[in-house]
Amino acid sequence: MYQYDHYDQTLVDQRVAQFRGQVRRYLAGELSDDEFRPLRLMNGLYLQTHAYMLRIAVPYGVLASRQLRMLAHIARTYDRGYGHFTTRQNIQFNWPELERVPDILADLASVQMHAIQTSGNCIRNVTSDPLAGVADDELEDPRPWCEIIRQWSTLHPEFSFLPRKFKIAVSASKQDRAAVQVHDIGLYLVRGADGEVGFRVLVGGGLGRTPMIGQTIREFLPKQHLLSYLEAILRVYNQEGRRDNLYKSRIKILVKALGAAEFGRRVEVEWAQIRDSALQLEPAEIERIRAFFAAPAYAADAAADASFDAHLAADAAFATWVRRNVAGHRVAGYRNVFVSLKPFGRPPGDISAGQMEALADLADRYAGGKVHSTFTQNLLLTDVRQADVYPLWQALAALDLATPTIGTLADIIACPGLDYCSLANAESISVAKSLHARFDELDYLYDLGDLRLNISGCMNSCAHQHVGAIGILGVDKSGEQWYQITLGGSSGNVASLGDVIGPSVRHEDVADTIARVLEVYLEQREPDEPFLDTYRRIGMAPFKARVYGVPAKGRAGKEAAAHV
Amino acid sequence: MSEIIKHRQIVADEWRSVADDETVGTGPVIVSLARFLAEREALLARGEALGVRVPPDVRLDALAGDLPRLALIAVEFPVFKDGRGFSVARLLRERYGFHGEIRAVGDVLRDQLFFMERSGFDAFAVRPGKSLQDALAAFDEFSVTYQAAADDPRPLFRRRG
Repeated sequence: MYQYDHYDQTLVDQRVAQFRGQVRRYLAGELSDDEFRPLRLMNGLYLQTHAYMLRIAVPYGVLASRQLRMLAHIARTYDRGYGHFTTRQNIQFNWPELERVPDILADLASVQMHAIQTSGNCIRNVTSDPLAGVADDELEDPRPWCEIIRQWSTLHPEFSFLPRKFKIAVSASKQDRAAVQVHDIGLYLVRGADGEVGFRVLVGGGLGRTPMIGQTIREFLPKQHLLSYLEAILRVYNQEGRRDNLYKSRIKILVKALGAAEFGRRVEVEWAQIRDSALQLEPAEIERIRAFFAAPAYAADAAADASFDAHLAADAAFATWVRRNVAGHRVAGYRNVFVSLKPFGRPPGDISAGQMEALADLADRYAGGKVHSTFTQNLLLTDVRQADVYPLWQALAALDLATPTIGTLADIIACPGLDYCSLANAESISVAKSLHARFDELDYLYDLGDLRLNISGCMNSCAHQHVGAIGILGVDKSGEQWYQITLGGSSGNVASLGDVIGPSVRHEDVADTIARVLEVYLEQREPDEPFLDTYRRIGMAPFKARVYGVPAKGRAGKEAAAHV
Repeated sequence: MSEIIKHRQIVADEWRSVADDETVGTGPVIVSLARFLAEREALLARGEALGVRVPPDVRLDALAGDLPRLALIAVEFPVFKDGRGFSVARLLRERYGFHGEIRAVGDVLRDQLFFMERSGFDAFAVRPGKSLQDALAAFDEFSVTYQAAADDPRPLFRRRG
């Protein structure tokens, strides 16, 4: 993974000192609330319902074991003993005291971490494929490009006061596991006509209250021009994006207003002026960054191990877990192991300090000392020898980190919701718990197969419910918590936004409603057809009829209108 | 005479900002872009230093031909979170080769100054009521930068040693 040199370290150290000064000035009354707000947000510090929340950057989801241990230390020392992994591969602490945040940042800096640009109207933490570097379907490792973007975007002098937040994702694999198409800029590494690797560039994707799928503005960007092209996009957006209305200020609104073709034309005009500037990446710099992500020395005899198959045959629980929680590796004899942060009945994405420390030890022992965060709020250990998978499973199970439900309905993606967040309309965690309670039979979950379910407590959509095969959105209805359900969303290669099934339902009716939706799927699916494909084939009508009875038109239309 | 920060020092402001309905008079003055465009010939014929105050959505092409004859461009920040002015300054320096003073005016606060200076601003009319002495500290907060900008055309990857 990337290692700071004295430049990177100095910048992070100086950022800590700067923020310490900003906190001091705020507490001394030299900065008003309005003045301090964007400063703290640019350093990941939100004010929530009960306390501040600090969001720490995990650049493109890569954590070293010593960094995970530091997160455990922070959880114990400054918080309430746990942290929460987010859909943007970051980690949040929900209870820090403002006065101690500079000390937290200093601790983070000591292990090459920070909270820079994890919030605010600036370029956020760049996200990527959690299987980057080990996936068998990838063109090349996308992480060096993420790191190049990270450095370019960190404290960018021109783009630190954008109209709105700005998110970039990079994927290099056949299967998009980074939700590239719902980012402000999405980058797919592709091979061009001449065999060279470059980028397909998408802009204008995003979720929130006006969800949109990104559109391609350039089919192939030679890789050395990555930064000048990003700079051109950001400059057009910075100058022309709307600033009069918070809800219309994301780049997606500008792209929609101009049309992708016209937006792309403006970017090309700007780019023509800067493409041959010093921003052009030289092979030496690309190689310098790439060297940090070099693959470990894989053992040639790893595949010779017979114990893995023997354990699979002998231990049904192990075999079950392997089926759901273990992914293939591009090197024979190795596996990638998902660490579930979705135990039944617990808030999705939460992890305790003790779990972090134990997991750091396991990463050192079995996975090259690295842990990866995923946008599905789980963790991943890569480069695990197949002979080690069984003892690793035993250890994870003892830590309650081996719930064998990765990718199933029970692998719920959820924001913190009303329990923490001052923006939320409704609870998310208690809905997740009600679904866990209702759908707790593994055989049923496995029969349902791959099925992504996302729950957001408000239309800011932190849990990406628009792209859940089943999406649940909390809405406030005269002070009561109701939930709007959508079907058919996906953040994969064929990205789609979910369709609203009908009128929102009460908290206590969510699980029943989902159960009816699932009945329809089980009745109508074709052999091996995942939920999403069935929905796309048969459409909304049968699901709607089952949930609301037939006919549902009059009632549905009336209530749905109230929530548009 | 009010004080501003120029070239990282607190100095007396030698410029007078005149309203559109105010007599220009003598001495260095800053006029609005609208007034400059309306009274261009007369203003330039004065033979005295002239500055133009531009809004953040300015299209610089409209000014490009006159830039060599202007001593100062003041870029307005209607509210400090409005970041359009950073692009204006970079374009003035890097694309239009403007060598005069670029001054940040309006809602200008300490914590923008580092970014502003890197973007090409060299003068800062800090919002009244804020300590200029305190604001000076902003320039020394970072000794490391990753990007190419108006202050250095080389990104860090061309400077790393």
